[in-house]
Formats: sequence, C-alpha cells, structure tokens
Amino acid sequence: MAKATFKIWRGDSSGGEFKSYDTEISPGMVVLDAVLQIQGEQAGDLACRWNCKAGKCGSCSAEINGNPKLMCMTRMNTLPQDAPITVEPMKAFPLKKDLVTDVSWNYRVKEKIKKFKPRPPDATDGTWRMVQEDIDRVQEFRKCIECFLCQDVCHVLRDHHKHEEFIGPRFLVYAAALEMHPLDTEDRLRDLKDESNIGLCNITKCCTKVCPEGITITDNAIIPLKERVVGEFYDPITRFLKLFRKKR
Amino acid sequence: MAAEYQTFEHDVLVIGAGGAGLRAAIEASTAGVSVGLVCKSLLGKAHTVMAEGGMAAAMANVDDRDNWKVHFSDTMRGGQYVNNWRMAELHAKEAPDRVRELEAWGAVFDRTKDGRILQRNFGGHKYPRLAHVGDRTGLEMIRTLQDHGIHQGIEVYMEVTVIALLKDGDRVVGAFAYEREHGRFRIFKAKAVILATGGIGRAYKITSNSWEGTGDGHSLAFDAGAELLDMEFIQFHPTGMVYPPSVRGILVTEGVRGEGGILKNSEGRRFMFDDIPANYKDQTSDTPEEGWRYVTGDKNARRPPELLTRDHVARCIVREVKAGRGTPNGGVYLDIAWIKEKISNAPEHIKKKLPSMYHQFKQLADLDITTEPMEVGPTTHYIMGGIRVDADTQASTVAGLFAAGECAAGINGANRLGGNSLSDLLVFGKRAGEYAAKFAQENDFGQINSEQIEQTVKWALEPFEKQTGENPFEIQHELQEMMQDLVGIVRTEDEMQRALIGVRELRKRSKNVKATGNIDFNPSWHTALDLHNLLNVSEAITLAAIERKESRGGQFRDDYPAKDAEFGKVNFTIKKDAGGEMKIERVTILEMPAELKQIIEEMG
Repeated sequence: MAKATFKIWRGDSSGGEFKSYDTEISPGMVVLDAVLQIQGEQAGDLACRWNCKAGKCGSCSAEINGNPKLMCMTRMNTLPQDAPITVEPMKAFPLKKDLVTDVSWNYRVKEKIKKFKPRPPDATDGTWRMVQEDIDRVQEFRKCIECFLCQDVCHVLRDHHKHEEFIGPRFLVYAAALEMHPLDTEDRLRDLKDESNIGLCNITKCCTKVCPEGITITDNAIIPLKERVVGEFYDPITRFLKLFRKKR
Repeated sequence: MAAEYQTFEHDVLVIGAGGAGLRAAIEASTAGVSVGLVCKSLLGKAHTVMAEGGMAAAMANVDDRDNWKVHFSDTMRGGQYVNNWRMAELHAKEAPDRVRELEAWGAVFDRTKDGRILQRNFGGHKYPRLAHVGDRTGLEMIRTLQDHGIHQGIEVYMEVTVIALLKDGDRVVGAFAYEREHGRFRIFKAKAVILATGGIGRAYKITSNSWEGTGDGHSLAFDAGAELLDMEFIQFHPTGMVYPPSVRGILVTEGVRGEGGILKNSEGRRFMFDDIPANYKDQTSDTPEEGWRYVTGDKNARRPPELLTRDHVARCIVREVKAGRGTPNGGVYLDIAWIKEKISNAPEHIKKKLPSMYHQFKQLADLDITTEPMEVGPTTHYIMGGIRVDADTQASTVAGLFAAGECAAGINGANRLGGNSLSDLLVFGKRAGEYAAKFAQENDFGQINSEQIEQTVKWALEPFEKQTGENPFEIQHELQEMMQDLVGIVRTEDEMQRALIGVRELRKRSKNVKATGNIDFNPSWHTALDLHNLLNVSEAITLAAIERKESRGGQFRDDYPAKDAEFGKVNFTIKKDAGGEMKIERVTILEMPAELKQIIEEMG
C-alpha cells in the first residue's frame, strides 16, 4: 500500500514546529483519516478537532498545503503526493495546541448581533406563511456550518487583526440571513455600519472561494448588506426623508 | 481535596449540547433558574447536525388525514409495541408545537405551495410528516436552538468532558469533569442534572456516529445507580456509505428513498418487494408503479417497500449481500438517478432535494448520484435503549438526575422511525428542562463528597502514571471490531457469550492503558477515559441481547428468528448490584389505557 508523508504542525502558543509522519494511504482516504491514523498509531497526543467526518459540522478546519480546507472533505488523491503534505492550524485565531485554535472570539461576536425578532403570526392558526422563493436566499446562508474558514482567510482579520472592530464574513452572512428573513422585524443596519464595520470589507472574495458549502458570501450576503447600509445612511434622498419624518 | 478544583454552581446542569441538551437548557432557563451547559465539542457541532431527513410531527400540512393518533400508532407499530406508550403519546401530541416553536425562533423550513412548512415521506410514517430543510434538517435545528439559546443567559462550557456524576446519598448533586485544553478538573454543583449525551455508535466499527458517541450518559447514569432500559435495541441504519473504505458508515439519508430512491441488488432486482412483513402488507405498495405514485404525492397509493422500517430494510440488505447478490464492495445499490425516466428535470430536482447527499458522494466517492446508483449498507446509527425515565418528567430512577434524547429510553421501543429522533429531542428536551428546573426550585444544593472526587481523580490520572502500557486507541479498535462481529445486526447466543468474555477481558486490559505526552488537549488520554463508558455500554448491550431470546426490531437473533409474544410484554432493565456488577431484570410493560388501545386498533 502507498505511503504518504505528512508535515504536521506540533506546538502551542509558546511555539512549535512541523513534524514529519509517514502513514499508509488507502483508497478514498481524506486528510482527516490520515491525521487520525497518525494520532492512533504514532502520536497519541496530536490534538485536532473533528466530529461528523462528512462536511456537515465544520470542526476540522485546517490549512492543507497552505489552503484553508476541511480535513474531512479533502481527498488524498487531490493532493500531490510526491512532496510531503503540510497540515497546520488556521492562522486568524490564537493557537491552543497543534491543529486546535481558540475560536471563542467567533462565539462572542455572534452574541452581539441582535437576535431574530419575528413579526406576529399572520395566519389564523397562529403560524406564518412564507413562499419558497422568498426564503431561498436565506436558506443559502443558513447552510453555513461555522467552520470559520472564511474568517481565516479574511485579510481584515488574518493580516490586519481587526477582530475588535470587524465581525468577518461569517457574521456578515449571519446578519444577512437575519436581515433577509421574511419574518424578521429587527433593524441591524446601524450596528452593521458602526459596530460590525461592514465598510472594512473590500470585496476581495477570498471568503467565497474557501467556503466548503459554496455559499456566495460576497455577492449574495455582503454586497446586498453594504447596499442596504448605504441606502439607509448615505443615500441623500433617504436622509432627507428621514429628516422630514423626524420633524413631523 | 475537592477545594483544589474550580467549582461552578448552577441550579440545573445540562450535559450535552445537541438538540435535546440545548432544548432542555432553553426551557430550564426560561423557567428562571440558572443553567450550565457542558459539551465535549464546540457549541453547534454535536451529532444532531448530522441529522438529515427531518423531524416527524403530525402537522397535516401536506396530507390532512394526518393527526397525532396516526403518528402515535405509527411509532408504536415501528417500535413493535414494546415502547413506553405514554412517551409515544406525548411525543405525537407535542411534536407539532415544538416544530412551530423552532420556526418562531428563526428556523427556515422548506415550504408547501401555500406557504406552510413542507413535510416529506419517511419510512414507517403513514403520511408525509417530516418537516425538513433539504437534507440538512439537523443543522437547521441545532443552529436555531444555539442562536436562540445564546441570548438566554445560559452558561456554556465547551470542550469539557464529564467523567462522574457526584452523589450526596441517593441523590445526584453535580458532576465532575475535565476541560480538554489543559486537562484541568472542574466541579459542577447542581440541584438537578440533565443527561443529553446522545448515543453509543463508537462501540461499533461501522457507524454513522462521531467520536463523541461513546455512551457517556448511559455509563454515567449506570455508575450513579440509575437503571438502563432496552439496551439490546440498536438501530442499524440500512443506508450507510460502503465505498471507499475511509467513508464506510457515513450516513445516506432515508430522504433519498423518501424522494423516490430504490434499492436494487447486483442482479438489478428491487429486492424489497420480496419480503414485506405481515403487519405492513396493507400499507405497502404491490408494484413499482404504485410506489412511485406514493412518493409523488398520490394519496391513494401505498408506500414503496423501500420505506419499510429501518430494522427490516437493514436485514433485507444483509440477506442480499450474504446470498451473493451484493455489490463489489459488499453493499446494495441505492438508485435515485432512475427518476429521470419519470421527470424531465431529474438532476436539478435531486440536487435541490438532496444537496448534501449530492455533495457528499461527489466529493468523497467521485460519484454523481444524479447519474449513477450509490453503494450502501447498514451502519450503526442509533440506540433505542438508554436511561430509564419517567415519561412525563424525564426523571431517571435516581433523584436529581434527568435524561432526554438518544441517551434516554422508551419512546422508540424496539425500533425508531426515521424523523422521530429530532422531534423526540425537542419534545423531551423541553420536558426534561421544565421538570429539572422544578426539581431545582424545590431542592437545595447537596454536599459534594470529596472522597468520590479523590477517587475519580486518581482513576483519571492513571494513564499518565504508567511507564509502559497499552495504546488506548488499540483497545477501542478491538472493542469496535468485536462488537461489530459478535453483537451486530444478526446475533446468536454463542457469539454474544464470547462477546461478554471479550468485554471483560478488554476491561482488564483497559486498566493498563497509557496516555502519550502531557495532559494538554491529549486525545490518547481522552480515549483512555472514554473506554470505561464504551465498555459499560457494550456489556449492557450484550447482556440484554442475550436475555431477549427472540427477534424484534433492532434485535435480530439468528437462533430465535421469530417474534415471541411473551417477550412482547416485557422490557429489560440493567442496573448496578451491591458488588458493582451489572444486574439485568425483566419488567412487565404497563398495560396501555383503553383509549390508546383503541387508537391502535382503529389504525389497523
């Protein structure tokens, strides 16, 4: 059976290094299989997160040969095997150990976004009516598995470390799903402008490229949100009308 | 001393943050008590995200003949009447409200033409009953609960593993845990504890479960003196992936069959027509043509045999493979591509209805399900058995301890219908939260027994104290192989007796495992401690399966292939005896009230 060489980052917040492991490759194997095999046979204390092993939970995010991916959905046969395969943790978050990063910032950010607030039920049976066409877009956003790969590649976070100012693509998608939810009545536009600093996104679409769920993050979520923010706060006609409304 | 460890206090402590745990935590916090929620992974990653097909609730949005009575009757029939009928009743009555509640919290279900929640067909359900979002319903559910729950003031402890329930006399008064990052121990004091830890799939080699499914709740409850129930009943989902080897066991949703997918053997025969159980004859179509009419919404058609209950479909697949009519990789074919003969836009339709299946096969098996059949075979999916609970309150047999979801037993009897799990999580998660909060309001904190903590710490640190010792992953692997081979889909007395000896042997060896490296985020240590739970549940499953000398639902005995009416009147419970050993007992099922009996008779 074929063997492959892996260079896996081992270390913690105080430092670390790539270590080499050789392991056997069987048909259909994904990178996560190899990492778990190495863990089971050679390096019992190799830390990594995983759960579903089917691209549905978003736990096993890592950078494979420099590309942010889910380890469970990266087939070995898609990687060149004449050179060692590198596996390292996401870079936009502090390292805990080996492949495990501290993603708690993401959970704190989400809590700050105003929750779903539906309008009162409109049908006589106490429920709502929504047509499929009106929810297709929201359903696309709700496919997000929170792997945080989009956050990992967003240079506002990764390179400029603006975690305190900017919420990142994941939470712009989350906000978009709420804002475009047909039942929602909350207004998050001011927060998006002032707290989330949506303006920091300069639409390089790196997030869209790495999304394992194929969510068109930039075009379908971020740009429409930016347009709404612009319409609300920068459009002269809207501003004038608002002024008028206030006076009245 | 206990004082060395950081201590947290909550009125209600919920262990497990899947659907049941989250729903319980939300309910308890709504009742005004302080709630702690402990989970082994990050929040939102629990196994609930893997649920694909939908949640069963008789809302009658698609077929107005549906109501709770039909759902109740379907659940009892599917469970072969050894279910806790009160739980089946509560579940059928309350599931619609629980689904609507999710919508009010932001869930976005697929819609009917008139804008209501769409419902799909599933095995064993008489009418289209599963509220769903494509084939990622579990993700929708967990995300909705998570996003609602984070605004409730629930304290969440992620990547924390509970290793013992703390007792004050006969009452559970908290839990003892370690956090993964640095292996630090934690004391959780609580007035009431809810176990919502999910399943046991990791006791088997081929499973749809993640690393988390190690039977923690079952084992913690057993250790604390609670009773387990129905442990012999394990659901082998008929359609797991079989090829390539690295994906073996990953779930292929029953939704594929709900949307018209058919099962064929290597000879191209639709073998499910060959064996239709007597009690489903009247509800099952005779011809492929009628089956197709059913899945496309003809109310006068009966469902195709592919949508018989999971236990039966799994056994038919095993039979085909054993008879040499399997696929090259030891499965059978599941074909959804064939619907192109019936509808013009089949590939688009399949991708729309089953997007994650399309994605999963394309990416993991280089296979396009819109043009080719899938290879599938049974995979360990779910345990019907679990902690014995009171139907209304979800209280276990130990004071202060509650359980909900997969780790609790009763509603499903000998076999669970697809879609009944997600609704079970919501219905009984809510009830557990409500009654645990009530218990907490009526009781004070108990005393923490420092001796128990010292013993637990000593036990937990043993894997670091060995100079030499076995690899915990190796023991886990051997246990999985053994349970798969000896206590799998088809069981015999002789094999299970061997398994019992095997489990005891592995238990001895597990005391001599060694963790590699230090205590920081160390999977070899975590696995070493998980072994205790896996061995407990494996032993319980085997004992119960030996005792039930008949075939029913998830239990199929080659040496007792028929159903035995006498065994239909009993459940088996397992608890710890005075010497700490497992003691199995036979309990008679309480007689069903006349009105419920009548429903079952009326539904045929």
